[in-house]
Amino acid sequence: MNLLDCLIASFQLSFSVDPRIIEITLRSLFVSGSAALIATLWGIPIATIIAMKDFHGKFLIKTIFNSLIGIPTVALGFLLFLAFSRESGPLGFLRLLYTPTAVIIGEAILITPIIVSLATTAIEAVDPEIVNLAKTLGASESQASFAVLKEALEGIFLAGIVSFNRAIGELGIAQFVGGFIYGQTELLTTGIWIELQLGNPGTSIALMVILLTMVFTINLVLNAIQRMRGREWKPLLYSET
Amino acid sequence: MEAIAVLRNVTKTFAKKKVLDNINLQILDGEILALLGPNGSGKTTLLKILASILRPTDGEIHFRGVKVTDQNVEKIRMESTLVFQKTVLFSTTVYDNIAYGLRIRRATKNEIDYKVAQVLKLVRLEGFEKRSAKKLSGGEQQRVALARALALNTRLLLLDEPTANLDPKNARIIEEAIATTNRELKTTIVMATHNMFQAKNLPHRIALMEDGRITEVGTSKEIFGRLSKTLASFAAVENTFAGTAKTSEDGSTLIDVGNGIQIVAAAKNVGEVSVFVNPEDIILSKSHFESSARNMFKGKIVEILDLGSIVRLRVDVGKPFTVQITKRSFNEMGLNLNTEVFLAFKASSIQIV
Repeated sequence: MNLLDCLIASFQLSFSVDPRIIEITLRSLFVSGSAALIATLWGIPIATIIAMKDFHGKFLIKTIFNSLIGIPTVALGFLLFLAFSRESGPLGFLRLLYTPTAVIIGEAILITPIIVSLATTAIEAVDPEIVNLAKTLGASESQASFAVLKEALEGIFLAGIVSFNRAIGELGIAQFVGGFIYGQTELLTTGIWIELQLGNPGTSIALMVILLTMVFTINLVLNAIQRMRGREWKPLLYSET
Repeated sequence: MEAIAVLRNVTKTFAKKKVLDNINLQILDGEILALLGPNGSGKTTLLKILASILRPTDGEIHFRGVKVTDQNVEKIRMESTLVFQKTVLFSTTVYDNIAYGLRIRRATKNEIDYKVAQVLKLVRLEGFEKRSAKKLSGGEQQRVALARALALNTRLLLLDEPTANLDPKNARIIEEAIATTNRELKTTIVMATHNMFQAKNLPHRIALMEDGRITEVGTSKEIFGRLSKTLASFAAVENTFAGTAKTSEDGSTLIDVGNGIQIVAAAKNVGEVSVFVNPEDIILSKSHFESSARNMFKGKIVEILDLGSIVRLRVDVGKPFTVQITKRSFNEMGLNLNTEVFLAFKASSIQIV
């Protein structure tokens, strides 16, 4: 098969309704989406505390989170493999190795520094008087913090998009703790790798096309939502106190 | 009149620097009290403590007879609201900015709609509900901030330099809204200002502040009458000068304020006086010009403060004068630091105290 035939075949496969391709795509979305959600749930409170509270070691914590943004996925994947290893790993008893849950946990850890660092920057960029403004209008401490988060929403939204992109595009963690179990842990990135190893470049290209199309489409839609929110939806956010 | 708030020996320290030093003050129910003092005298800190968004380092605050503590501070905070000097707005519509505090107080949609329309009328911004608050002009933004505070109808309204940095039109609207609120709703108002003219006309009582202390408290008449010597020490209050007045040959009053500067005033006064010139009453030109203004001085621009649609300039003519001009005039005249300019103002625009 020459390169052109290979490309045509892979494009046909990309837009076909092959159940396996659909399953891999949906699993990738679920795993990366869950990781982004978990990282957001614990990352935003951490970012809020770092940005809004003064405490000893604040600079050090910020530096650590900033440094961890660039952690190689292979290194983190290997560390998690050792931790989840069923025979000798400290978390082996959880029996999570080679499950989608392990990949979700690994990716959530991977993207937490991104969420924390970007959200901290976004919250710190909000006018510090917003807290006092909310308080003088009657807000409690938590309502005032929430008002700051609303002001930082664009930056937090961006942090979410960047994190999701990092999660869905990473390979190291998925390989080490997810493996390549057919029908169970196969993802778009691991699928691209394994199909190439098995001598199926057409399928690899098809999965790559899906991955790129998906990332592009999701970013396009999220950015469009963000624009609409800026124009029309934002007031809705202020209807809750 | 009964006291709505009482401060006893209130001190506030920031990083070992005493910003407020042993403040004792009673705020009477229904009054307009002006905190008059130069920048850095502690006015804003005092307002934040009164608004319960800042806790004093030492001393006690009693609000309507109840001592403010860490336990009841959130509840007491509901009874007052502060409008900041620098306009702070939520990134949303005018309606939602004003509705924020009302929603916290669990007002119904109908109540919010009614209140928003009512306060927007008071600050003459009818129909602005759906506009993005941050896209309004500086003056309109400050009027939205005032409307947002007025909507809450709190017992105590705190205003930090409410008209500083505003053009005369917006300043007048805000002053009228403040006076109306006090007159019709009997809202107690505490207002920080370094504008002598505003302090003389709007409030019932004035507290003079200097270096974190309250040096004098009295009615407008008392402060601007008997206490003119105290006022004279307020070198940092803009365009206020102490001098000796005498009657000139043509019958007008000539006031020598030092450094060779003699100001001609229309009002009849003799002896030690303090004079104030409103920054908006001063005409600025790059060249000498003929006019009916009796006062004209040559000087150099020593400070430029860009405030959006307007620019405040400090001009040294031997004494420092603050002048306020529009940004457009500033650009068209090509002004810069050290540019030589002429200041002119009428004898009738001089306030003698």
